[in-house]
Amino acid sequence: MKRRDTLKALGFSGITFGLAVGPAEAGVPLPPDKKVPLKVPGGRQPFEAERDAKLHADKFFTPQELKTVTILSDIIIPADAKSGSATQAGVPAFIEFMMKDIPANQTPMRGGLAWLDNTCRKRYGKPFADCTRAQQIEMVDQIAYPQKAKKDMSQGVAFFNMMRNFVVCGFYTSKIGIEDLGYKGNTPNQWEGVPEPVLKKFGLSYS
Amino acid sequence: MNPFQIKEAPVVYDVAIVGSGAGGGMAAYMLAKAGAKVVLLEAGGYFDPADPKYITQLKWPYESPRRGANTTRPFGDFDAAWGGWQIDGEPYTAKTGTEFHWFRSRMLGGRTNHWGRISLRFGPDDFRRGSLTGVGDDWPITYDDVAPYYDRVDKLIGVFGSKEGLRNEPDGQFLPPPKPRLHELMIQKAAKGIGIPVIPSRLAILTKAINNERGQCFYCNQCGRGCQAYADFSASSVLCIPAIKTGNVTLINGAMCREVTTDSKTGLATGVSFVHTGTMQEHSVRAKTVMLGASACESARILLNSKSALHPNGLANSSGVVGKYLNDSTGASRGAFVPALMDRDRYNEDGVGGMHVFTPWWLDNKKLDFPRGYHIEYGGGMGMPGFGFGFGTENMNGKYPTANGTMKPAGGYGSGLKEDVRRFYGAYVHMAGRGEPVPLESNYCEIDPDKVDKYGIPTLRFNYKWSDYEVKQAKHMQDTFEEIFHAMGAIPMGNKPGPDTNHGYGLEAPGKIIHEVGTVRMGKDPNNSALNAYQQAHDCKNLFVVDAAPFVSQGDKNVTLTILANSMRTSEFVIDQVKKKNI
Ligand SMILES: Cc1cc2nc3c(=O)[nH]c(=O)nc-3n(C[C@H](O)[C@H](O)[C@H](O)COP(=O)(O)OP(=O)(O)OC[C@H]3O[C@@H](n4cnc5c(N)ncnc54)[C@H](O)[C@@H]3O)c2cc1C
Ligand code: SF4
Repeated sequence: MKRRDTLKALGFSGITFGLAVGPAEAGVPLPPDKKVPLKVPGGRQPFEAERDAKLHADKFFTPQELKTVTILSDIIIPADAKSGSATQAGVPAFIEFMMKDIPANQTPMRGGLAWLDNTCRKRYGKPFADCTRAQQIEMVDQIAYPQKAKKDMSQGVAFFNMMRNFVVCGFYTSKIGIEDLGYKGNTPNQWEGVPEPVLKKFGLSYS
Repeated sequence: MNPFQIKEAPVVYDVAIVGSGAGGGMAAYMLAKAGAKVVLLEAGGYFDPADPKYITQLKWPYESPRRGANTTRPFGDFDAAWGGWQIDGEPYTAKTGTEFHWFRSRMLGGRTNHWGRISLRFGPDDFRRGSLTGVGDDWPITYDDVAPYYDRVDKLIGVFGSKEGLRNEPDGQFLPPPKPRLHELMIQKAAKGIGIPVIPSRLAILTKAINNERGQCFYCNQCGRGCQAYADFSASSVLCIPAIKTGNVTLINGAMCREVTTDSKTGLATGVSFVHTGTMQEHSVRAKTVMLGASACESARILLNSKSALHPNGLANSSGVVGKYLNDSTGASRGAFVPALMDRDRYNEDGVGGMHVFTPWWLDNKKLDFPRGYHIEYGGGMGMPGFGFGFGTENMNGKYPTANGTMKPAGGYGSGLKEDVRRFYGAYVHMAGRGEPVPLESNYCEIDPDKVDKYGIPTLRFNYKWSDYEVKQAKHMQDTFEEIFHAMGAIPMGNKPGPDTNHGYGLEAPGKIIHEVGTVRMGKDPNNSALNAYQQAHDCKNLFVVDAAPFVSQGDKNVTLTILANSMRTSEFVIDQVKKKNI
């Protein structure tokens, strides 16, 4: 690049002192990118978009693991009178993504699933996903209540706590979960204060 | 072409400004409006909160595959900050046994795109802590010197609040404050009962439109994402972009300043040299005046790296004070569960992007065993769920009866668990103390003797330890939080932080509150300060620092409003000095 071109790239050429140029978003153009251009979604930095695309392309769960995660998800958050289930809210895919996004989750998750299958094999002769519904619930009942669980179930309790965390979080941050929760915000409005009936209920007022 | 050849622009600008955050943005705005030809050097990329390319506001958690988790951004996927505590290729270190965490945002507007908008004036006492308490130093300026600029900044950026007439918590030119949320009314009532004031907060958010360029707040609670209506103050939308529109500003993004160049005979500043972050090419610009607003630690770094025969200790550093007296606000916090808020009625209580009430410092340190105060920030309410929502439900649902009064075992699953999540939603409050530390010469940043960043620029090494004063203050915060929790019938979460929690009583590590100041302090005496009362270098009259580096002390207030006022004051001084042909 010639000196003059460099100056032009900098946004300095053709100006005499006293006549400044307008905004130069990137005064110097970035070197051309040889990779296939990735569409960067609004609000993302290019490195984030690249990272997300890579994580989406990778696979963490084996088909067997995913089956177990899916069954557990719907045991933890089933459909009820008010809303749908975890799988209807796409929770297994969220958990799959989080394993890759925060790799520290991988060993406790993979190991926990293996612990569950081993324990089921010992008890029922089959991995968790192949057990009957009654057996699955019997197993889950052993690990779902931290204060009631037997001592030899402690690893299972830790795993189930992790599962419960991810399933509850995945569900209540989904569209149907947010509706279930009754969160009313994230929309332009005029804040006028706490509704009058609520104030009354709490014996509070603005005066 | 020789790639090492340094590119030099043929123009001489009136002013070169380094950094486009609160300090640099204000200087660019003031000088461009006054007709000066300005080159604005910003290490980060272009950012405009209203450009869909950058907007995260009003997105839902499920629009992020990680539901807003903070994997790549410290405050989560939707936060506006490009940067964080660690930036790839831009390292820093700390001396063994000490700690400092340095938050940097690399973008037009710097950290003001996602700051908390808490805009508190320093009070008269905050400028003279040294003479009032015998610990620390006085500023070379007083509240009266800054007050007119606070007034003008309030009007320019828009700050809401209430007139309270508190002596050391001066009122501003306020827009109407939003009404408190439910948990805030509960806190207010409980705290009042035990003698702790809780008043409307003071945030740089437009609860009323102030001009045609910026919209009014529509209460989405997301200022941290940046406001596409420009209804909150960001240096990008309110200062830099309007400054550029004057036609007087040449903005260069990706310009990582290496040093301030000086004349080998006069020692005066001649401009700035920088590396372009995209091309890695060296460049320099020439200017008649240089203003540093790269943030407190970075401005110290630039000065320390600007060594020459006439400035062997680095520029503006004949006193050796540059880098010293680094101090950040103290911080400690605690959360609590409010049983009365279980099974709440649902309504939209987003409000503005921050608390609607806060507690200014209310006690007399003469009667306490620590010399400086703190304020309390409050959180809580029915917020938008994000990553982490519902975690640890097993720690809650075994402790409190269900709606029909029965107890259940902790944990569980199924539709009963769904009921628990709904029941506990919005039933938590949070308190965070933010306090003033005593600035110490022994807390400093310096140039690491054997490290450089990826641009080849020598990096910073920190040395920072809290003193007993700050630990005692954190203890007092914890006691106060519990008093208020108990008064409102809330149950504090977890164990009370004791002497061994964090840096003592939950005291956060230095740097974590992101109010670092003091590294290029101003003062009357050139032997122990780098800048005079106009933030002008004692050693170099055409060099100014306009970020928080000149601060002599922190105040028990957040610092940004004072950065803005001081930068405005310094900018007018520069204009005046140019008119008088002094620089
Ligand atoms: C999450 C969060 C919440 C906060 N909340 C509040 C609050 O409620 N109230 C309050 O008062 N303060 C708050 N702060 C602090 C506030 O953001 C800072 O005090 C303020 O932004 C500092 O302004 P500044 O101009 O000094 O630096 P910055 O805003 O950091 O801007 C510095 C700019 O300089 C650029 N730069 C740095 N180095 C170079 C270089 N070598 N060459 C060229 N450019 C460079 C940077 O890229 C950046 O754009 C908060 C901060 C954070 C992160
Ligand atoms: S709360 Fe108001 S000012 Fe803040 S981002 Fe939302 S609309 Fe903008």
